[in-house]
Amino acid sequence: MIELDGVSRTFTVRHRERGRLRRRAQVVEAVRDLSFRVEAGEFVGYLGPNGAGKSTTIKMLIGILTPTAGRIRVAGLDPSRRRTALARRIGVVFGQRTTLWWDLPLKDSFELSRLLYKVDREQYRRRLDELSERLDLGGLLSTPVRQLSLGQRMRGDIAAALLHDPDVLVLDEPTIGLDVVSKAAVRAFLRGLNAERGTTVLLTTHDLGDIERLCRRVMLIDHGRLGFDGTVDELRATVPGEASIEDVVARIYLGSAPAPSLEPPNYPQ
Amino acid sequence: MLTDLRTWLLLVRAWLRAAAQYPASFALLMTGSFLVSGLDVAAILVIFSHVRELGGFTLPEVMFVYGTAGVSFALANLFAGNADNLGAYIRSGDFDVMLIRPVSAFVQLGADRFSPQKVGRLAQAAVVLAIALPQLGIPWSRAWMIPLMILCGFVIFTAIWAITGALQFLLVDAPEVSAAFTFGGGQLTQYPLSVYGADLVRGVTFIVPLAFVSWQPALYVLGREDPLGLPYALRFAAPAAALILSLLAALAWRAGLRRYRSTGS
Repeated sequence: MIELDGVSRTFTVRHRERGRLRRRAQVVEAVRDLSFRVEAGEFVGYLGPNGAGKSTTIKMLIGILTPTAGRIRVAGLDPSRRRTALARRIGVVFGQRTTLWWDLPLKDSFELSRLLYKVDREQYRRRLDELSERLDLGGLLSTPVRQLSLGQRMRGDIAAALLHDPDVLVLDEPTIGLDVVSKAAVRAFLRGLNAERGTTVLLTTHDLGDIERLCRRVMLIDHGRLGFDGTVDELRATVPGEASIEDVVARIYLGSAPAPSLEPPNYPQ
Repeated sequence: MLTDLRTWLLLVRAWLRAAAQYPASFALLMTGSFLVSGLDVAAILVIFSHVRELGGFTLPEVMFVYGTAGVSFALANLFAGNADNLGAYIRSGDFDVMLIRPVSAFVQLGADRFSPQKVGRLAQAAVVLAIALPQLGIPWSRAWMIPLMILCGFVIFTAIWAITGALQFLLVDAPEVSAAFTFGGGQLTQYPLSVYGADLVRGVTFIVPLAFVSWQPALYVLGREDPLGLPYALRFAAPAAALILSLLAALAWRAGLRRYRSTGS
């Protein structure tokens, strides 16, 4: 369902040095020579320290960023060339930012999504009923998005990403900032979605609880390369003894040499 | 094309619905912009209270040039004017959200935060044109050019918005550079180009094809000689200029998207 073959992405960052007018260009490799496959129906956690290349990978998978080298296929399509066609086949949730329309009531946002994704009206109604029941959105549908709490908004975002019944759901830090109850609700929903509908799920997270409770497979990226790829138990077994998953992951993160800045460049705010 | 128009209408309807929650503010914004752009016309009237003609053109003729250029510009501003703000969308990460939807990002950007002010500007230009037309007595044999020239002007301005928007993929902090070409072009084309220097007119004929927004086809509609003596065929070249510029704009936008770097989160 998702295939990466030797994918790299570099960014050119310009530094202004003191006392010099010319800026020095530095090439930063956010992702280097990355290859993996995710089969249909898998539930994969994508882990890595800040700046390891997680978001860059996700943005290449959904067609926002064009890779510098290598080949990507998602649902059989090249994401950067067939971005809009791919958008109908995948759902995307950003934990840090909403894809809903801020000033519109939740149900108007959903209706607008329906029209943009060209989802059949009858199919949409059934899907919306099911999603609002499972995500407990019933009482929120006429509330403008800006008035929703973070947990409510996240559930709304997940529903919006699934209205067109995508084959793949990609989530970038979906549980960031959520309280324990909201987190549990999101996790339970995602598990059900994967088990019952067979939707392929790929999520990035810093919350190892997400990994332990949800993901059958873990991929760990560091310095733009895949450092580990296997089940949660295999990950734990890399460190002998009674180590917790936190310890194991911390050891892998720290074990690597100190990272040069691998963040994609930040534009001045 | 039709899909893009549908997308645009859907998004604008949603924004208008959100804006209509505050009806008084809605009405004030619209009247305000109608009046403020009316000051442009007042400036022209003041000039004509002192002189009989401007660049060799009478008041109704100047109003015709102003009105056609103004309607084209206001339509393009309505459709794509928000592209000036692309840099802000990139920095905030909101542009990422547009890229995950299955419709054109340019159209989404154009429709985003749609403001009723833009309708006021359109209404004002249309009124000026409506006042000028009956006074000119243009024969039907030449009047066919009027809707065509407005359409071509719309396409040319939209293309300029796309090109200056595409530049912001490289220069994220340059909305003023964009505005110089878009709003600057809008202002420039509102007067008969004969009031400007000859080099500027050649520049906006052959380099940035603003002369085709109103000036060249208006010479045909008004049956006037070109004060600069440029070839007669240029009067019919607006569709060609619009086509070439929109192809360039499409290429520039695609090249910009491929260079898009997103933000670091």
